[in-house]
Amino acid sequence: MTEMAAADFSRMIAAAADTIAAHAEELTALDQAIGDGDHGLNMKRGFEAVRAEADAFAAKPLPEALKAVGTKLVMTVGGASGPLFGTLFMALGKDLPPAADRAALTAALNKAIEAVAARGKSQPGQKTMLDVLQPVYEALAQGKTAGEIADAADKAAAATVPMKALRGRASFLGERSIGHMDAGARSTALLVRAVAEAIEAI
Amino acid sequence: MSNVGIVIVSHSPLVAEGTADMVRQMVGDEVPLAWCGGNGHGGLGTSVEAIMGAIEKAWSEAGVAILVDLGGAETNSEMAVEMIGEPRSHKIIVCNAPIVEGAVMAATESSGGASLKEVVATAHELSPS
Repeated sequence: MTEMAAADFSRMIAAAADTIAAHAEELTALDQAIGDGDHGLNMKRGFEAVRAEADAFAAKPLPEALKAVGTKLVMTVGGASGPLFGTLFMALGKDLPPAADRAALTAALNKAIEAVAARGKSQPGQKTMLDVLQPVYEALAQGKTAGEIADAADKAAAATVPMKALRGRASFLGERSIGHMDAGARSTALLVRAVAEAIEAI
Repeated sequence: MSNVGIVIVSHSPLVAEGTADMVRQMVGDEVPLAWCGGNGHGGLGTSVEAIMGAIEKAWSEAGVAILVDLGGAETNSEMAVEMIGEPRSHKIIVCNAPIVEGAVMAATESSGGASLKEVVATAHELSPS
């Protein structure tokens, strides 16, 4: 990446790690309600590991940088979230050109959502991170601003509250999963807002 | 060793090790066997890195069958297989079977020189379709 793009990339990583760290307890509490209660700590460990190497990653071309972020998340997050969030970043890296514009990002996110769905054997509507990623993709495709996309992500995470979980540990609870926000949906929305705000600041 | 290798992946290292003990009691050293459990940080969970290590340890040219417990173990095992990559990934299968019974049955089948396909089929018979 160019020096400027690398600095922007590092800032986005820092913003993502900051928001995960600031909300780690909330994420854990959400996961304790309907999961195994490790989501906050796991995500924090993963994003701190990425933050520690952000400058080295940013020195790579964008596709390789994103793949490196994904691989680091796979190896450090643990739980099912490691492969799921790791796959999201690795798939984005696989499909984005080194100089990505909005159209390229939209197309790559669409492919990345398919990859995450395949990894989790899931689809939107099952109270997972996909329920945030899909509306984010749609808002991106519709030409919405970064702020509008972040709002759409928050709204989508909130919309997982009345859903019944059909995948993951929460699905064991059946009807009792209703009334709680999905932790993965919440962390996805947090990441989308962090990146959107970092992009707006560029 | 040309028998199919068995890898046991549990969220709990105690469950994984105990399952491996039961497998050893049945098949001795006839079958390459490895286990992993825990998130690598002292807590319950599964680690892609540890799973990759266990696959290496139990590697056999005849292939490797992985037995898992809860969902995250399956997702992490599939990720580990993908990261090991081709051509070896074609010879590694994550079984859909109860972890203890599946591991014991799969290893017993393997100890008789069965193919990877046969070993996996034996484990899958334990799961209601």
